[in-house]
Amino acid sequence: MKEKLEEIRQKALAKIAESDTPDKLNEVRVAILGKKGELTEVLKSMKDVSPEDRPKVGQLVNDTRAEIEKVLEETRAKLENAALDLRLKTETIDVTLPGDVPTPGHRHPIQIALDEIERVFIGMGYEVVEGPEIEKDYYNFEALNIPADHPAKDEQDTFYINGEMLLRTQTSGCQIHEMEKGRLPIRMIAPGRVFRSDEVDATHSPCFHQVEGLVIDKNITFADLKGTLQEFARQMFGENTKVKFRPHHFPFTEPSAEMDVSCFKCGGKGCRFCKNEGWIEILGCGMVHPHVLEMCNIDPNEYNGFAFGVGLERIALLKYEIDDLRLLYENDFRFLKQF
Amino acid sequence: MNTPLSWIKDYVPDLDVTDQEYRDGMTLSGTKVENYTRRDKNLDKIIVGEVLDVQQHPDADKLVVCQVNTGTETIQIVTGAPNVKKGNKVPVVLVGGNVAGSAHDDGPAPENGYKIKAGKLRGIESFGMMCSIDELGSDCNFYPEADPEGIYIFPDDVEVGADAVELLGLHDTVVEYEVTSNRVDCYSILGIAREAAATFGKEFKPPVVKETGNNENVNDFVKVEVQAPDLCPRYTARLVRNIKVEPSPKWMQYRLGAAGIRPINNIVDITNFVMLEYGQPMHAFDFDKVAGGKIIVRRAKDGDKFVTLDGQERNLDKDVLMICDGEKEIGIAGIMGGENTMITDDAKTLLFEAATFNGTNIRKSSKRIGLRTDASGIFEKGLDPRNAEDAMNRACQLIEELGAGEVVGGIVDVKEPIAELKRIKFEPDRINALLGTSYTADEMIAVFEKEELVYDKAAGEIVIPSFRQDLIGNCDLAEEVARFKGYDKIPTTLPGGNAMGGLGLKNRVEEKARETAEMCGFSQAYFYSFESPKVFDKLNLPADAAERQAIKISNPLGEDFSVMRTISVNGMLNCLANNYNHRNPEVKLYELGNIYVADSLPLSDYPDERMQFTLGFYGKGDFFTMKGAVEEFFGSVGMKKKREYDPNAGKSFLHPGRQALIKYDGQTIGYLGEVHPAVCNAYDIKTRVYIAVVDMPAMIGYVSFDHKYEGIAKFPAVTRDLSMLVPSDVLAGQIETIFSQRGGKILEDIKLFDIYEGEQVAKGFKSVAYSLTFRAKDRTLEDNDVNGAMKKILNGLQSLGIELRS
Repeated sequence: MKEKLEEIRQKALAKIAESDTPDKLNEVRVAILGKKGELTEVLKSMKDVSPEDRPKVGQLVNDTRAEIEKVLEETRAKLENAALDLRLKTETIDVTLPGDVPTPGHRHPIQIALDEIERVFIGMGYEVVEGPEIEKDYYNFEALNIPADHPAKDEQDTFYINGEMLLRTQTSGCQIHEMEKGRLPIRMIAPGRVFRSDEVDATHSPCFHQVEGLVIDKNITFADLKGTLQEFARQMFGENTKVKFRPHHFPFTEPSAEMDVSCFKCGGKGCRFCKNEGWIEILGCGMVHPHVLEMCNIDPNEYNGFAFGVGLERIALLKYEIDDLRLLYENDFRFLKQF
Repeated sequence: MNTPLSWIKDYVPDLDVTDQEYRDGMTLSGTKVENYTRRDKNLDKIIVGEVLDVQQHPDADKLVVCQVNTGTETIQIVTGAPNVKKGNKVPVVLVGGNVAGSAHDDGPAPENGYKIKAGKLRGIESFGMMCSIDELGSDCNFYPEADPEGIYIFPDDVEVGADAVELLGLHDTVVEYEVTSNRVDCYSILGIAREAAATFGKEFKPPVVKETGNNENVNDFVKVEVQAPDLCPRYTARLVRNIKVEPSPKWMQYRLGAAGIRPINNIVDITNFVMLEYGQPMHAFDFDKVAGGKIIVRRAKDGDKFVTLDGQERNLDKDVLMICDGEKEIGIAGIMGGENTMITDDAKTLLFEAATFNGTNIRKSSKRIGLRTDASGIFEKGLDPRNAEDAMNRACQLIEELGAGEVVGGIVDVKEPIAELKRIKFEPDRINALLGTSYTADEMIAVFEKEELVYDKAAGEIVIPSFRQDLIGNCDLAEEVARFKGYDKIPTTLPGGNAMGGLGLKNRVEEKARETAEMCGFSQAYFYSFESPKVFDKLNLPADAAERQAIKISNPLGEDFSVMRTISVNGMLNCLANNYNHRNPEVKLYELGNIYVADSLPLSDYPDERMQFTLGFYGKGDFFTMKGAVEEFFGSVGMKKKREYDPNAGKSFLHPGRQALIKYDGQTIGYLGEVHPAVCNAYDIKTRVYIAVVDMPAMIGYVSFDHKYEGIAKFPAVTRDLSMLVPSDVLAGQIETIFSQRGGKILEDIKLFDIYEGEQVAKGFKSVAYSLTFRAKDRTLEDNDVNGAMKKILNGLQSLGIELRS
């Protein structure tokens, strides 16, 4: 019996050693350990062994089986590893070949600029609203403290539909619409399309976009205006952006200011981009004129606020270094795909 | 407005700042400096030399060899200038010096000018250069005595070796300001000087105007009658006898030149000088030609014509204000004088006018007449009536100082009552509350006093000088405090309180449109809102198409931009055509923009501004590429019901067999199709173009951003394939309607998997195959369930003339 077992062991180990594929290895397993395998047969013949020898022989059979199983398992692992190594070797690819890029469309730079502005102001609790592009004279001018004979009306080169209706020259009319709703406080931005009768050239377009901002509440100060727009500039142009407020004049705000930001290209040292100024003019702003509030039935002794207006094309041109405004409205795919 | 800094310093003598400091300081206090130019920036080592000898160059016809005394030595200079003669005193750049150089045909003068080196010209040594006014970086227009073709020649009495740049008034800086429209007073040297004094905390010393004139009284000779006091609140006049018309002195010429005004003669120069200094335009008439010694200010009559002093005939109307004498019109008020009374060399007596005209009237008249002058540009801003008298007296003082004539005593002054000085209640707390600052009342008063706003302590009011027409209320005073204390000194805070921000539904849907379009490969485009009325023909729209009822712009940039678009397709086709022309092989674009639909024309109220989501492409893809994109969009905004596609869209600009209205719940929400080949042709696109337009207001009511989990199916599905022989004119949509109407609740999904029309199929039929999936949520379906549904479906299909294929 013992000899028989030793013989099986020897034979099994030899066959395992000869196996060079997992399949062949499996044949060995079946031949030795399978239902009709040699070792299984030996186990079946246990009944012929004397009862007193059985534990000893049983132990021997089990040991033999365990050893064969162990070697089988080791070999299986070795063979599988070898097979995997081989597969991996043959599957080597040229990783420098180009990737399969999906081809989604591109967003327009004006929209990208607007998205960024909206993100900043929504984060500060501003609602995004809209106003009409074909506007009444009253909302575009008169309610903004620009009476009928005001020279600013000429300066803005307005497109008129007739005596009363016109194409809005600024989004500032949205301030009035919003205030007239009578819901206070207000914290809103109003992006939109505006029109001025400028011939098309590298820096002018008869159609362009602004984002108007308006905050009306109790105890709003010029300091709040400064803080808000400084935060805007930092989020828009980078954490280290500095801002400068210069006195200016708009009929519907007082005090009024223009805001410059430190050149985001050179950081303020002066470069060709900022024409060696170190500063770039970004927007106009100011405290809402009490007369404007009054015209909207808001008591300037109780409420006040600030307003600002940003030119979207200007931001897009500066931020994305586009050198000709016309590109924005030509929509040439060679241009669009760069965004 | 361009002004020489030296002139500002005349009135702020203690101003001691660098150009850069001046620029920054003025800008931060509100008088924005756009630009400044040091006139001597490129001028170095330029002295007065005396030409001792001029000899012909031996080897060059056009050159001469000069010996020039520089005061310390005699140097040899070779020049090509034709006008140099022995004894001339000329500007000489010494070797090692620098000169600005002049603009040539091949471009402007170099940024840093030219360095002058010793050299040889055609073999003869030359040690410097004699220069013209152009080479000194200026313009002969401002130096009437200069020979524009040659070297500048100084008067004989200048000292040899002296600083030539100084003598020509070029050690100066010209500053260009952006003056805001509310600051009429800053359109003058005195106004800017006052700001500069307040900005830098220096004393403002305006010119002292003494009484002028002889013992006569001008009122004995001149009568002024203002018949239109609404347009002329003040008219002052003075007389000057025995005038001597001659060039004005150099200092005055240089001042004018630096401000960009060409010196003419002492009389004209004085009026221009005072206009710059006081911001008050003046006019000088030849008094001997003023009939009856009488000035009448009145409106012109429609159809009147008048020859202005530039010799042009101008058309007048009843709203143009005229200056007339006893018989005739002699000037267009505030715009330009007449040829008939202009000062000529033989004029003997002049009548000065300094008046205040209605700014709006001048602006409008100037526009209608088509004549905008320096004077009208200032008048139209609306002047301070008090300024007229001051400017008049200053002009007469200059006449006396220059010895240009004998000023007659007194002044003719016809005026409406001049308004009292304005007063604003001084409320320092409110100023601080508005600014977010904590300045003391004294600090604020100190600011006001620097700029001549007077604090009336007893009344608690600030008295506003007449030249500050812009100051009206508390907020204006706040701005004065803020800008002179410095905007940069105001703290930065954020508004208190909580607020909810966000996008409204319309904006959210638009963002979904952008996302979907981009995901489907479409890039965003921006088109103009106005276009040509010819577009309607180009799009082949019928004569009675509603789209032709477009809102017209009354003053468009041209016909191409003259109507507000009523349809978004033209913008898209134009852009695709543009891309096609640039040989971009395949282009997919989308646009979100309004069309403008008027209830009725002419427009009397707000039109309907309808946001259109327009997609267009050429290149790879077909009708179904486009349909897939719009379907994806509707799905993305929660429009879960089936969208119907009605082939009877009736769009004349689309392919008749390839167009559809998009309907939802029976409502049209857009259309799509292949662009009609004839329309493509009109746009010069020689390939197939597909377009889709979603009318956003029509669909927004169906939008929902709600999502609900419906569970994952627990029970198995049963699939049945249907292969059908379908009459050619039956649409897939009709078949699908049968499925969904008759399939019952257990019909989960339908999928078209084959459609074929051709040889193997009988003529007049097509082969269509669908896969139908049935499933119940609560049990495993039995054959009976499915068979029942299929039977109903098959009955329905039969009614469309559809047979099952074996």
